[in-house]
Amino acid sequence: MSGPQLRHVGLNLTGADTLEPGEAESSLYGFWIFLMSDAVLFALLFAVYGTQLAATAGAPGPQDVFEIGPAFVETLILLTSSLTFGLAAIAMKYDRTRTGLVVWLCVSLTLGIAFLGFELNDFATMASKDATPDRSGFLSAFFALVPTHGLHVTIGCLWIVVMLAQIATFGPDDRVKLNLLRLGLFWHFLDIVWIGIFSVVYLQGVLR
Amino acid sequence: MSGDDLWYWLLGRLDAKALPFVRAWDHPTLSEFIGAGAGAMVVIGGIAMVVLLTWMRWWRPLFLDWLTSLDHKKIGIMYVVIAAVMFTRALIEAVLMRTQQSLAINAPGIVAPEHFAQLFSTHGTIMIFFMAMPFLTGLINYVVPLQIGTRDVAFPLLNSISLMLTAGGAGLVMVSLAVGDFSTGGWSGYPPYTGKAFQPGVGPDYWIWAVTLSSLGTTLSGLNFATTIYKKRCPGMHLMRMPLFCWTALCTSVLMIFAMPPLTLATALLALDRYADFHFFTNDLGGNMMNYVNLFWLFGHPEVYILILPAFGVYSEVISAFSSKELYGYISLVLATMAIGVLSFTVWLHHFFTMGQSADVNAVFGIATMTIAVPTGVKIYDWIWTMFRGEVRFTAPMLFSLAFLVTFVLGGLSGIMLAVPPIDYVVHNTVFLVAHFHNVLIPGLLYGMIAGYMYWFPKAFGFRLDERWGKISFVCWVAGFYLAFMPLYVLGLGGMARRSQALFEPDYRPWLIVAVLGAFLLLAGLATLFVQLFVSVRNREANRVPVGDPWDARSLEWSIPAPPPEYNFATIPHVDRRDVFYWRKAEESTYRAAERYDDIAVPKNSWIGPIVGFAGAICAFGLVWHIWWMAILGLVFAWVAVIARSFVRDTHRIVPAAEVEARERRWLAEVERARPIPRRLEETPQNVGLAEPFPAPVPA
Repeated sequence: MSGPQLRHVGLNLTGADTLEPGEAESSLYGFWIFLMSDAVLFALLFAVYGTQLAATAGAPGPQDVFEIGPAFVETLILLTSSLTFGLAAIAMKYDRTRTGLVVWLCVSLTLGIAFLGFELNDFATMASKDATPDRSGFLSAFFALVPTHGLHVTIGCLWIVVMLAQIATFGPDDRVKLNLLRLGLFWHFLDIVWIGIFSVVYLQGVLR
Repeated sequence: MSGDDLWYWLLGRLDAKALPFVRAWDHPTLSEFIGAGAGAMVVIGGIAMVVLLTWMRWWRPLFLDWLTSLDHKKIGIMYVVIAAVMFTRALIEAVLMRTQQSLAINAPGIVAPEHFAQLFSTHGTIMIFFMAMPFLTGLINYVVPLQIGTRDVAFPLLNSISLMLTAGGAGLVMVSLAVGDFSTGGWSGYPPYTGKAFQPGVGPDYWIWAVTLSSLGTTLSGLNFATTIYKKRCPGMHLMRMPLFCWTALCTSVLMIFAMPPLTLATALLALDRYADFHFFTNDLGGNMMNYVNLFWLFGHPEVYILILPAFGVYSEVISAFSSKELYGYISLVLATMAIGVLSFTVWLHHFFTMGQSADVNAVFGIATMTIAVPTGVKIYDWIWTMFRGEVRFTAPMLFSLAFLVTFVLGGLSGIMLAVPPIDYVVHNTVFLVAHFHNVLIPGLLYGMIAGYMYWFPKAFGFRLDERWGKISFVCWVAGFYLAFMPLYVLGLGGMARRSQALFEPDYRPWLIVAVLGAFLLLAGLATLFVQLFVSVRNREANRVPVGDPWDARSLEWSIPAPPPEYNFATIPHVDRRDVFYWRKAEESTYRAAERYDDIAVPKNSWIGPIVGFAGAICAFGLVWHIWWMAILGLVFAWVAVIARSFVRDTHRIVPAAEVEARERRWLAEVERARPIPRRLEETPQNVGLAEPFPAPVPA
């Protein structure tokens, strides 16, 4: 494999001669910065959650509403989707056909949708126990933090669909690859945030 | 479905009472007439603009040359235009408030309490989010790529989207004049007062969504500038060789990236409280308004430095250029800038010393606050030493810089006073505080922006601004500031609460009358700026500076024609030291044709920016009035546009090398014809932008 490389931190791709020099580097760098900004948003949501933990105001508290089982399953699904996305990225770099890439993207998408399904089911269960955000400060904070992550996963899924359409339209050209690298960063970032949510929200809520 | 249901489905809470004209008809009071007059100004202004654009056949150029442009220079200019329009409105509001206070001593005055509260809320919101932020973003946009020797910012389309989101937010604030009311909760919008329980109307919703649009745009701008400065510098432009304005722009960008999310979150959570019955900041059911205050000022304090640092950058450039001297203490200025950036995140609590922390916590934050005075003091000395033994010329931008040096130190001193918690307990929520922050923001932001505008104007448009009107404007701004705000220190110490619609202490009267005179003088300052612009455009042929270096300045933006070509640099410069253009002038190695010219790819225009901005504003308007179909439509439309754009591959067009070369040679011929001038002829028509080399360069 020869030709100029997409030069940047992380998985560098070969044969990127249609991009201007440095374009890949600054594109990914910009996306890292965006993720930092997003990380600040989540950090603050966690902080707000922490301060509102005791503000149950007579409504159901953490022990009453959290179920560790589904949350654990969600964790496994999301972490697995991170692995499959990694496999998609490797397929993108080394596999000359687009089959591997498309298959792994579809698997990641399926896992993402499954995660959302479980999560919505969790929310429905909570609602059936009358645990809705208008009841207390604690539930407000929960329903701001966890669904914000869910919204990000939804956007990630939508993004995968768009990328599948782009692969169908253009094949895996340099711009598609660059987009996929950014999508990968986004997807893995959401995993990290979820690990925080699983530990701080669910484990802490159930174990206390 | 009944008629009411249909109305709600179609138009939400919008009804005839939302129009200030109807309200003025129903209750013909002076206050309502002022409100209706302001609303009418928006409507008439809008219609007048449509007529003008149609009459002059400017619609096509407006859209095809400007609104859809991805050229960082045009985007920068459009930012400054937004700032100028919004500034005019917010300054008129300030004059109205000063007039009210000077009249309403044991009297009703001219505006009702509700109206007065809207005035101080819009004044603050506009001045921060729609005057200061667009102004500095515009300057950074225009200048930074030129200073670091690149052809554009890292993400030109994102740049256009940022601009249009900001414009959408500004538009929303303007619409609130003609449809409905604005918030009465001040620019900081503290709940629970801005919650649904106390303000069920549309006011706080206008505030929330206008600020949200602007903060999203600003986050994206910060990201864009930081990537540009880190990744797009020309060969040899090491970080420590950048002009200081780039350093302050970088620091401001970093602050934008980290400080805007708290604001976005604060407004989003407040919106959840108002729209979906959440309990983040309510008085009941476990809400905690201190979370809001902390989030808001986690944004709010770094914001102060987002505003001030670019002005510091401008002063560094202006003082160095108009002293014909290298910037004194470059490294210390860089370190001080970065130190201020870090410290700005450690002091947010001083905005609410009186809200229940322990004395120890207050002491820590008070000391941290005073620490910021140290790097700032370093800067002041550096600027003074830059002028020392320089060939100082008192042009209008230089005069603003000098006024800044003196006035800002005074504001800093009152800041040190406020940083002492016991003093803060005494004067908090009085006009002492109002005097303090105007005393830092007017010299520390506004003078800098005006100086930057006058300094770089010839670069952007190819002719100098009228010096005489610039100096008249300077006198108005400085005298106006001292008259308007020094009395507020006295009044604040005398216990006058801020944001008072009516007063009951006759002893305040003389001070308030002085302050209102000052306010009118400040308005005259703005008017003279517009006169200056008008006069300069009229006399532009006499003041052209096509060679591009009217001030014998030092950084790369002056090494290219004025106005610069779309691609900025015919060949990308190579840099081997700081102030490279100045030293090349001294060595007479500038203004040379390159050995060869290459094709240059420039981004094609795109409609995505205007579409996203418009759809965002539509979405926000729908949210304000609970017109849900409109909100959803706006949101979907914006995202569909962005996704559709990701399928566009044909995004650049090529400027052929021959065209670049021809243009460059025409310019070089013009340089050849031009007569270099010494600095004393700088303000005369003989200045065509070519500087006579300074006799003997003075080392720092």
